[in-house]
Amino acid sequence: MADTVIKSPVRWLAANPIWGFIVLIFVFFSFANPYFFALQNFQNILVQTSTIGLIALGMTLVMINGNIDLSVGAVVALAASLCVDIQGWEMFADWGNWAIAPGVIAALIAGTALGALNGFIVWKTGVDAFIVTLGAMLGVRGLVFVYTKEQSFFAMNFAFSDFGSSNMGPLPTLAVLFLVCTAAVYFLLARTVHGRNTYAVGGNRSAAVNAGIRVGPHMLINFMIVGFFAALAGVTLSSQMGAATPNLGTNYELWVITSVVLGGTKLNGGAGTILGTLGGVLAIGILRNGMNLMQVPAFYVLVILGTILIAVLLLDKQLNRKGKEELRV
Amino acid sequence: MSDVAATKIPALQLKGIVKTFPGVRALDDVTFDVRAGEVHALLGENGAGKSTLMKVLAGMYQPDEGTIEIEGTPVTMRTPLEAKRRGVVLIHQELSLAEEMTVAENIYLGELPRRSLGRVDWKTLFAKSEEILKRLNCGFGPKDRVGALSIANQQMVEIARALTVDAKVVIFDEPTASLTDAEKVVLFEIINDLKARGVGIVYISHRMDEIFTLADRISVLRDGGYRGTLVAGDTTEDEVIQLMIGRSLDLSRRQHAEVKTGEVALKVEGLSCGKLFQDVSFELREGEVLGFYGLVGAGRTEIAETLFGLRRPTAGTIEIDGKETAIHSPADAIAKGISLVPESRKEQGLVLGMNCRDNITLPQVGDLTSGPFVSDGAEIAIFDQYRDTLKIKTPSWRQAVGNLSGGNQQKIVIGKWLAMHPRILIVDEPTRGIDVGSKSEIHDLIRELARSGYAVIVISSEMPEVLHVSDRILAMYHGRVIRRFTAEEVTEDSLVAAISGIEQEQVA
Ligand SMILES: Nc1ncnc2c1ncn2[C@@H]1O[C@H](COP(=O)(O)OP(=O)(O)OP(=O)(O)O)[C@@H](O)[C@H]1O
Ligand SMILES: [Mg+2]
Repeated sequence: MADTVIKSPVRWLAANPIWGFIVLIFVFFSFANPYFFALQNFQNILVQTSTIGLIALGMTLVMINGNIDLSVGAVVALAASLCVDIQGWEMFADWGNWAIAPGVIAALIAGTALGALNGFIVWKTGVDAFIVTLGAMLGVRGLVFVYTKEQSFFAMNFAFSDFGSSNMGPLPTLAVLFLVCTAAVYFLLARTVHGRNTYAVGGNRSAAVNAGIRVGPHMLINFMIVGFFAALAGVTLSSQMGAATPNLGTNYELWVITSVVLGGTKLNGGAGTILGTLGGVLAIGILRNGMNLMQVPAFYVLVILGTILIAVLLLDKQLNRKGKEELRV
Repeated sequence: MSDVAATKIPALQLKGIVKTFPGVRALDDVTFDVRAGEVHALLGENGAGKSTLMKVLAGMYQPDEGTIEIEGTPVTMRTPLEAKRRGVVLIHQELSLAEEMTVAENIYLGELPRRSLGRVDWKTLFAKSEEILKRLNCGFGPKDRVGALSIANQQMVEIARALTVDAKVVIFDEPTASLTDAEKVVLFEIINDLKARGVGIVYISHRMDEIFTLADRISVLRDGGYRGTLVAGDTTEDEVIQLMIGRSLDLSRRQHAEVKTGEVALKVEGLSCGKLFQDVSFELREGEVLGFYGLVGAGRTEIAETLFGLRRPTAGTIEIDGKETAIHSPADAIAKGISLVPESRKEQGLVLGMNCRDNITLPQVGDLTSGPFVSDGAEIAIFDQYRDTLKIKTPSWRQAVGNLSGGNQQKIVIGKWLAMHPRILIVDEPTRGIDVGSKSEIHDLIRELARSGYAVIVISSEMPEVLHVSDRILAMYHGRVIRRFTAEEVTEDSLVAAISGIEQEQVA
């Protein structure tokens, strides 16, 4: 039989309404504000987006898998503190710029390990990921305050903060880093066995078990990935600021989950794409940037973002509803 | 056929109904009517459009074209509730109940009796539900939790829903797919009772015997098109099948030629699992089909689950190829060459939101890689192969499995396990909800697999199916193997006697 599912641009947009929305707000801000349409500003958007974006990549995997991770914001703070503190340690004093490496590595290992811990508990105890990571969110944030004694750390090595504002060709390094990671996770999810099984486990867990898929390890890996990306986001954020504060990353879990859901990932798992998530983070990035340029007061920005979140999800429901509504009425 | 059936104006009339889904013309100019006090059977292959037509009738889908008339007045039905208020009630093919709620709440879901301030009137709710359940002769009460009921009893809850309103038309979409014979008898009584009270019944089933016991008229759909209506009294099974699939089928019992069996592939000795089943022993040879027959709840599915590593046996041994082994998990079972086609496709077999291809390759996707990536080509090749062997009807491999008709979903599950080339294949109710044509194809396939050296276990509640495919049959009763038959000696009567516990002798 001929392939009758046509992949026309129209249908693609209907399936990913977030990209249509991006075009819309892009055009709107371009006309509404003279400073919006400028290379410099686009670079800004990309850099601002990259922090939330990195975490959102991992969160997409975890959510498609049928879980959620609320501890990412706290992990950002822990990773940033570790990274900035350790690179200033006495023992690395004569390492020059290489002193940054142990800080970064320690941060990434800590994030991945915390992810592994979350995943392991969810796997072995069967307690809901929402509860487990809610606990981790509180616990890790507490750890950060213990570790930092409520102080901020400042990076003494300028190479570290230079990295945060450096460019690779026409693009900021952080933007390039984000795009490369996006591509990597895209392939992981869309093309590898792990990606496929992630969908299967989230879509119907007992069918996955019956198919011989080992559910636990896949969940564990995804929690490790999101932990890794949260730590990486902590590193890039501290390099942008040249410092780490114990309150860093507060509410990030909300922004991340908002972007992922905006990008079409289902809260109860089984569906979602990286392209959608990229759209979700970009949409939020553009909105925040555009409204900021137009000097919309911060509190109104929140009101508008909240409204838009609900509106876009409603639109998604309308567009993708025909013929599917029969399952549950 | 009573006088009521001859009333001029039908209770319900559909004219020129068209309904399309992306890539599928599910209904194409379909005309259909139901008269008061008749049973009108609707037949067609899997994916012919039966369920879609009924969903149009019950307000779940809006037709693209065509009209619906109730007692001669054109109506539009935008929601199932609206349809229900007009007296049209659909009992779903796939059960849709709120499992965590009580029976009574489910019966009146959406229309809970109220008191002031929007409070639920529990007293009325339970009293009214009790009354309906009594009419249906149900063995459970209005306060029981639906999730704790058997599938058959859940079905009863669905039927009870239909009785809350003064129904003019009640639609049964494959109601017997998961009922035992005894439960079926009760259902038929209910249907005849409704009929006698002037309710028009639409009855969808793939089982010819049921159709001919119940129906007054029979309409046939094929590929979304209307093929005609026959009066049940003046037609034959063969004529109906001819209309349905365009050719005749040989439905006679298989001639049992000598089967060449090979080595013992699986040997089970004294296997028990708590109260579920006890002391089950059998041998399964390569090249043979072993049938497990018994009532729902006799422990057959649980044996299959134990062999597939989903349950831990409490006693007994399992030998594969003469070596004693323990099976720890489904992954372990698959590695040892065992596959299980589970009994419930929606809960245990399919990832509904995933496309057809990915569902078929689910257990083996780990082996279909080139480099780090899953190979698209290899996957599509496997999908194509099983779509052709099993005649799976879907516009493309990209279609989400949840959008396929019930029978085609089942074929996807079977295809998934055939694609694994297991040595030992266990199929639990392999043809539940599958049309006559495909059913006989699946039976042939099972025989073919055995011929080519597979060892096959078939679990079924359908007597003709067990008789047709098995070389040997184990009859189960209350968790025990109560009798063993060979294909030559078994008769329908002896099987019925065995599984209903009339015969209590234990034959070794
Ligand atoms: N929501 C949907 N989206 C897309 N296609 C659909 C949808 N629902 C049904 N179809 C398609 O419409 C056709 C008719 O399906 P339907 O469920 O009515 O078949 P059926 O006759 O009830 O089959 P069965 O005997 O297997 O239950 C099938 O090809 C099916 O794939
Ligand atoms: Mg159907």
